[in-house]
Amino acid sequence: MRGASRMFGPSRVNKSLWQRLRGLSWSMVLVNVLIACIGFAILYSVAGGSLDPWASTQMKRFGILFVAMIVIAVVDIRVWMALSYPAWFACLIMLLAVEIAGAVGMGGQRWLDIGPMRVQPSELMKIAVVMALARYFHGRDFYQSRRLTSLIIPAMLILIPASLVVIQPDLGTSITIVGGGVAILFLAGLPAWIFWSAGIAVAAAVPVGWQFLHDYQKNRVLTFLNPESDPLGAGYQITQSKIALGSGGLTGKGFLEGTQSQLNFLPEMKTDFIYTVLAEEFGLVGGIILLGLYMVVLTYGLLTGIGSRSQYGRLLAVGLSCTLYFYVLINVGMVMGLLPVVGVPLPMVSYGGSAMMTWLIAYGLILSAALHRHVNLAPKGSGLA
Amino acid sequence: MAREGLRYQLFSRRAFMVAGAQFLGFAALGARLYYLGVVQGDEYRVRADKNRVSLRLIPPVRGRILDARGRELATNRQDFRVFLVPEQAGNVALTLDRLGRIVQLDDRDTARLLRQIKRQRRFLPVTVAQGLNWETFSRVNVSIPELPGVVPDSGMSRAYPAGPSVAHLVGYLSTAGEDEIGDNPLYQLPGFKIGRQGLERQYETRLRGTAGTRRVEVNSVGREIRELPGRQEATPGEDIHLSVDLELQNLAAEVMGEHSAGAVVIDIRTGEIVTLASSPSFDPNDFALGISQANWSALMNDQRKPLLNKCLTGQYPPGSTFKSVVALAALEAGVITEETEFFCNGRHPLGDHVFHCHLRRGHGRVNVTQALSKSCDVFFYNVAHKLDIDKIAEMARHFGLGHTLDIGLEGEKPGLVPDRAWKRAVLGQRWNLGETLNVSIGQGAMLTTPLQLAVMTARLASGRLVEPTLEQRPFGGDFMFGTLPVKPENLALVRRGLEMVTEVGGTAHDYSRGKGKAKLAGKTGTAQVRRITRAERLTGVIKNEDLPWEMRDHALYIAYGPVEAPTYAAGILVEHGSSGSKVAAPIARALIDRAIELENGTVPREGEEVAAVPAMLRPQGEVS
Repeated sequence: MRGASRMFGPSRVNKSLWQRLRGLSWSMVLVNVLIACIGFAILYSVAGGSLDPWASTQMKRFGILFVAMIVIAVVDIRVWMALSYPAWFACLIMLLAVEIAGAVGMGGQRWLDIGPMRVQPSELMKIAVVMALARYFHGRDFYQSRRLTSLIIPAMLILIPASLVVIQPDLGTSITIVGGGVAILFLAGLPAWIFWSAGIAVAAAVPVGWQFLHDYQKNRVLTFLNPESDPLGAGYQITQSKIALGSGGLTGKGFLEGTQSQLNFLPEMKTDFIYTVLAEEFGLVGGIILLGLYMVVLTYGLLTGIGSRSQYGRLLAVGLSCTLYFYVLINVGMVMGLLPVVGVPLPMVSYGGSAMMTWLIAYGLILSAALHRHVNLAPKGSGLA
Repeated sequence: MAREGLRYQLFSRRAFMVAGAQFLGFAALGARLYYLGVVQGDEYRVRADKNRVSLRLIPPVRGRILDARGRELATNRQDFRVFLVPEQAGNVALTLDRLGRIVQLDDRDTARLLRQIKRQRRFLPVTVAQGLNWETFSRVNVSIPELPGVVPDSGMSRAYPAGPSVAHLVGYLSTAGEDEIGDNPLYQLPGFKIGRQGLERQYETRLRGTAGTRRVEVNSVGREIRELPGRQEATPGEDIHLSVDLELQNLAAEVMGEHSAGAVVIDIRTGEIVTLASSPSFDPNDFALGISQANWSALMNDQRKPLLNKCLTGQYPPGSTFKSVVALAALEAGVITEETEFFCNGRHPLGDHVFHCHLRRGHGRVNVTQALSKSCDVFFYNVAHKLDIDKIAEMARHFGLGHTLDIGLEGEKPGLVPDRAWKRAVLGQRWNLGETLNVSIGQGAMLTTPLQLAVMTARLASGRLVEPTLEQRPFGGDFMFGTLPVKPENLALVRRGLEMVTEVGGTAHDYSRGKGKAKLAGKTGTAQVRRITRAERLTGVIKNEDLPWEMRDHALYIAYGPVEAPTYAAGILVEHGSSGSKVAAPIARALIDRAIELENGTVPREGEEVAAVPAMLRPQGEVS
């Protein structure tokens, strides 16, 4: 812990806004901006060398959400801890609202229109689950955390939203929620055998769970296992994506020169398959650079957790790092044919506000945890609530 | 805070495990990208190129069909047209509706297009309209944003400047049928047509040329983005130079008028066909842009069969024109000589049947030349008693009858030269003498085409085995064809008989005169299409003029000239024209005269001499 505090430098507890802004990790903010700029560049390319219609819109979104991230980052972590459970409940209510709206007849809708904003509750829930779990385990000491009874509330915190999301149906987001939650359970100190046995149980449940999947989800899995079986139908996307990635080679075909993307052979270029466009035009080098940038910001989140004084801050930072990591892993693994096509965008780079919002809010929280790493929080509350 | 220490210890240990797992995950993604892009990169580059590079065909420019003096009978014209690619159109019916307001599509057109769209694959274009004028074409171009899937195009379409007078010869084109498309990728090109009739069909491979190719970059829906290097230009089709003279074709059409007729004129020296005209005709340009239903029905329902090329596909009894061959066969066989005479009293009994001469009162005593010039039937009945049918058939075959002449046009019929073997094979019966009598005057089972008659005449005129051709064939001297296996003096005698046909007392004297023109030899013929019963003979044979058109006799005439040194031979048939001399002979006269004049460069001014001829040929009764 001493080493960690050296790494982040000395810091006092209650600071002025200016001090807090100065204390922010601007290098990480810059890396996030870099990732977003890569996104703008590819959207510019996807539009055939034009800012309109996508890059410009995405820039405006980023401008607003970037400010939101900074604001979140400078807000005292005690406030976030106090809001952890309320946030989870608020998200749950919104999720239910989406379900009801869908049942009333609007079909597979995943968002709510709140004023001018379009909010996807499942996205916010990814963060809220991590916050709520971090809040829960913050109040459990080492021995309490290892009790099996400590698993009851966290299981509900994870599974209730996850099951609501899976019936939306949005398997990708659901997996991210469960993944982020399980990561916190692991970090909070639950006995290792639970994870082993859960792993075995999941493996055993796959054949049973298979029957509960929608047809299109089954198709995705089958196509994933053998994309060439149906090169013009369901396997088309993944086949074309692999052709694009492979033909990019080491250094790529050049900006605006990707034949697979410029000639529309790639599906969903501006959203799910945007990483493919990057790798086609900038090759292995471009693809590795973006992955490297992601790794830098996510590792910063892990280090923030390790360097935090409070268990809430630790679990929040590492848990959110894991949530964001799953986001990236599922998308990139999907376009490379390593994972089934589940329809997860690449946060910060894909066109669309939801994923970017999730990422920047989560990263704002990570930055806040980093800024307030020395704050000691009472076990039962933040002292504010 | 021992508990807190334990909690942090476990947390940090597990946090580092998470960090390791995250790193492994990223490493796996990086390794995968390396595998796809570097290890398998070459394979995927090939596949990416296969995606984007498409080989497109460049249609070759079709060769022209030219007449003897280089005038275009079939050529290519710039054509503005509009295609529709159903796949890109989205709502096809809506697009057609919008487009229909610009290019004038009626409900029938729309229905036809929708049917066609349903039949073929959705990425293949269908031709919505063609032959558009510049203004309409521009309006389509302006409206393109509201017409998804509509492709304006300017290309070559076939045109037949000479029109109906060469329609049977040249034929026409049409698009390949669905069943043919698989054969050749060229057929899939929108607007690509193949020869369906006539020379367009016969010379398809020569006219078509070879398609070129170009490599284009296409996007995922097949739209061309740009052309890549490596273009191979198409090789244009060959121009076909015909021996036919457009001016003679036009004259033939003019003099045949409304008659259902066929006229063939051959250059005796080379075998070149200078005229091959069938009447009535049709306009092949109607076919070039898709014929209307009304036009098509009119062509199909006309009893004069405008779509048939009667010169090759019409088979008719040669009638008395055949007497020339029979006379030669008889002379060759020694059955008759120059001096042999028979008495004609108008009738010739055989068993319980009586054969009649066309002249009821009879010709009196006639020798062979008189028999030819007056077309005496009884003379040839007498000859038939002594001359075996197989001898007649053998001689007929020397003259190009009974088999196709293979001038390279689809549908050429062989005609029929009956003999003993034929009757045994087809009817399983023995030959009887009565049939020889019929054949001796060109009736019975005997069938010939106008082309065969022209060739027969050319061979009579030259004594050589003239082979007809539609393509230009330079004169190769007198020995370019073999000689007929007949004695020259016998041939000369028959020719003398044919010359007398146009002289005073000959059957065609009144109708083959040409003031100041070359002297022609000829032979009239009339082919009965109905049987005249004994009862009718008793009450008097009904005159042709009193019969319905389709019951009247066919009129035939063969001619060659000038008699001093024959250059042109003609075979004329006028269906139900009643009289060979009155109707068919003037056609031969006009065509041979003009052919000689064209050759000598002494063409009369328009309307001077020629106008007199068709006046005589004005169609009668039901024909018009």
